[in-house]
Amino acid sequence: MCVPFSADIISTVEFNYSGDLLATGDKGGRVVIFQHEQESKNRPHLRGEYNVYSTFQSHEPEFDYLKSLEIEEKINKIRWLPQQNAAHFLLSTNDKTIKLWKISERDKRAEGYNLKDEDGRLRDPFRITSLRVPVLMPMDLMVEASPRRIFANAHTYHINSISVNSDHETYLSADDLRINLWHLEITDRSFNIVDIKPANMEELTEVITAAECHPHQCNVFVYSSSKGTIRLCDMRAAALCDRHSKFFEEPEDPSSRSFFSEIISSISDVKFSHSGRYMMTRDYLSVKVWDLNMENRPVETYQVHEYLRSKLCSLYENDCIFDKFECCWNGSDSAIMTGSYNNFFRMFDRNTRRDITLEASRESSKPRATLKPRKVSTGGKRKKDEISVDSLDFNKKILHTAWHPKDNVIAVAATNNLYIFQDKIN
Amino acid sequence: MKAAAAEGGGPCRADGDDSLYPIAVLIDELRNEDVQPPLESLATVEETVVRDKAVESLRKISQEHSPVDLEVHFEPLVKRLASGDWFTSRTSACGLFSVCYPRVSSTVKAEIRQHFRTLCSDDTPMVRRAAASKLGEFAKVLELDYIKSDIISLFTALASDEQDSVRLLAVEACVSIATLLPQEDLETLVMPTLRQAAEDKSWRVRYMVADKFSELQKAVGPEITKNDLVPAFQNLLKDCEAEVRAAAANKVKEFCENLPEDNREQIIMTHILPCVKELVSDTNQHVKSALASVIMGLSTILGKDNTIEHLLPLFLAQLKDECPEVRLNIISNLDCVNEVIGIRQLSQSLLPAIVELAEDAKWRVRLAIIEYMPLLAGQLGVEFFDEKLNTLCMAWLIDHVYAIREAATCNLMKLVEKFGAEWAQNTIVPKVLGMANDPNYLHRMTTLFCINALSEACGQDITTKQMLPVVLKMSNDQVANVRFNVAKSLQKIGPVLDSNALQAEVKPVLEKLATDTDMDVKYFAQEAISATRAVFALHAAAPSPPVLDANFEKQMEQQAVCFH
Repeated sequence: MCVPFSADIISTVEFNYSGDLLATGDKGGRVVIFQHEQESKNRPHLRGEYNVYSTFQSHEPEFDYLKSLEIEEKINKIRWLPQQNAAHFLLSTNDKTIKLWKISERDKRAEGYNLKDEDGRLRDPFRITSLRVPVLMPMDLMVEASPRRIFANAHTYHINSISVNSDHETYLSADDLRINLWHLEITDRSFNIVDIKPANMEELTEVITAAECHPHQCNVFVYSSSKGTIRLCDMRAAALCDRHSKFFEEPEDPSSRSFFSEIISSISDVKFSHSGRYMMTRDYLSVKVWDLNMENRPVETYQVHEYLRSKLCSLYENDCIFDKFECCWNGSDSAIMTGSYNNFFRMFDRNTRRDITLEASRESSKPRATLKPRKVSTGGKRKKDEISVDSLDFNKKILHTAWHPKDNVIAVAATNNLYIFQDKIN
Repeated sequence: MKAAAAEGGGPCRADGDDSLYPIAVLIDELRNEDVQPPLESLATVEETVVRDKAVESLRKISQEHSPVDLEVHFEPLVKRLASGDWFTSRTSACGLFSVCYPRVSSTVKAEIRQHFRTLCSDDTPMVRRAAASKLGEFAKVLELDYIKSDIISLFTALASDEQDSVRLLAVEACVSIATLLPQEDLETLVMPTLRQAAEDKSWRVRYMVADKFSELQKAVGPEITKNDLVPAFQNLLKDCEAEVRAAAANKVKEFCENLPEDNREQIIMTHILPCVKELVSDTNQHVKSALASVIMGLSTILGKDNTIEHLLPLFLAQLKDECPEVRLNIISNLDCVNEVIGIRQLSQSLLPAIVELAEDAKWRVRLAIIEYMPLLAGQLGVEFFDEKLNTLCMAWLIDHVYAIREAATCNLMKLVEKFGAEWAQNTIVPKVLGMANDPNYLHRMTTLFCINALSEACGQDITTKQMLPVVLKMSNDQVANVRFNVAKSLQKIGPVLDSNALQAEVKPVLEKLATDTDMDVKYFAQEAISATRAVFALHAAAPSPPVLDANFEKQMEQQAVCFH
């Protein structure tokens, strides 16, 4: 049993707007971008594969001298910008600093300089007897990543989310207690739009866990909290959005109240649907779909791994109860996906209400083979092919998943491995 | 010059487009027709500063083109940019329409108008923003008929765009358009949009309206101002968002000044003043601060009686505000009130306010009030100053913060320039010189700094007879910092002293300090010695040359040799 090299643990996965590019960030501060290869003419029945397009070091470990704390280089989130020219732009963030990266292709270079040799050495000016004009020659495709902007020093606490606004001009970044609004061109200033820090820190009861901008309405954003609530704010109403416009909370079921109720109600991810009409939240045991027009309860609730409810005590002891799972929509908002333990991940069809559990691991997935659905046995009698709750490996957790914006292609990060699954074309 | 060479990159260049900025500037200088193609590519890069500079250069070049060349070379370039794939080229195109429109034929003009129309309804917000920001400029070069038929509909559309950032740029365009249209058309063509903007759901749009209010007022004229803008201004002053209220508060004086004379007073008293009264007790300090910086200006508009009855209570209330910036803004604008009612009315409240600011815990607040002190002293008069403010000025000299002590010294110098050397001799010089015996060496040094600042204003007599002895005595101070500052002081006041004093009193002391045990004292003493040598030369050229000590001159030469 090999222990994964910790710097390789994937910490975020994100498709770009067209789905052609897939970015992953890892604990070592690296970003790896995969590109969808065009379908080959020989085998039109297979979709193209994703191959490595670019790798670069986005963040380095730092040290905060004032507080004597290390700042991890782990990439918390990556968000792509809408494409504006031949190059691609993405925002990547660690706990404290957000960077805007430009990924561009270079397939030509200038040759025939007068003052430099081909290998870059300076020529002796006295030996030059004639002048020539440099020409552009084709070269092997090179993909370069360069940092274009660095947005730093705006967050006292750890950044958990970034989200690009539909105006293509601004984006927001959220940490435990504050949300800031940035302009993509301006790095030395950001506006604070939400501040939930109490005057007396001993009165602190809830923190911000995730935030996202609405996909179409430039003035709307939501943020979720550790107490299981979601607040929707309107940037038109006021400069400082401390007062929410809508407040989403499901009343608690008194029969299931326990010591762990509040911990497992903490929302680890919030995502708007592509249509902008719904939003989805992930807490420890379930995924909920909310209609933005109804604040007092979600319209759909899906149990991810309800069999863990009786195991909460041991999950609290090994800290797994604090794991932050993400969730995602498919392109048409008809299905949602989220991860679980034992390298399992779950998909729910919202129309048919059918759900499926799949496993992302080397043993169970050979290339081109169809994935077999998995089942966890909850009762005493375990059927063949089922796995019992106690045999689940809680170190193999799938926290990060992504769904292609148009096609049925998904990316699943299992510790330090990335799996890409596609729908079979019949 | 080919576009390729303009990119000028080597194989491993990763800094990218920032390096193109100087190229864009260079092309600007060349101003050659051949230079247009590279500018076209530069106008499409993603780095905004480079694109903006390329557009600026293209605009300048367009002026050099003949009308024929504009149609043959320039307008096709603009067309290509406007139909470009990426939003970057389309945003650049927006900045080029207005410069080529005036001098081309009418068919080409129609094409240009069409392109602009397309860009105003572009898919990407960035292009619509660029179009909205250039709308006013484009309208200025259009014929009046086309303004009415084309521009108005584009303006209305942009002002109702779903993106806040586009709508707020339309407000700026509103000002230009309103200026261009005849008065009778404003009501139907512009006012509905403007009214909508002043009540927009987004506070940022309302903020823009407040910010541009004076320009809007001038553009729409007195009738519409009375009927529409006055109620609109009232609403902005009462807006729920503090940023909007602050922007409107900033414009109160200008708005009132520009009201038509015949019913100005009545409008202000009935409509504006009640809102202003509310703002004085606003919850947000930035609003109060913005108001405080302009409210005093209302007194000149309203006249003496109204000021005393209505405005004076407001000034006094703001003088007592808990926020220091509000109080400071009132104090800095006292001259307007002085013209109308004289400052005496305020002085009773003014003094406690000044004292409180002078002793504020934050040093930057203390610093600000010191900087107003010469102005206040001038307005309040010398007796008032001596009676009430003198002690404050002295207290600042021994403040804990160096920046305050320094500002206080400078303040004294300005006061002496205002009130004269004789006043200085009677009131402040004794106190300053008294500090020379203070047990704290920082205060003793302050004496020296004051002397440096005051010597010129006080004149030779006071400097030689009163200040010099004190300085010389401090050359025996225990603390080296004091001693080397003595040397510096002597160098500073040297030009004010007469040569006898220099010769008989200053020279020996400097020589003694030049042999001090401390390195810095020695250094500054030497500096002072070489400086006074120059002063000697000055005196030597004077009508009655002093008798020079032969020994002294030789010593000087020796010193000079040492240095070289």
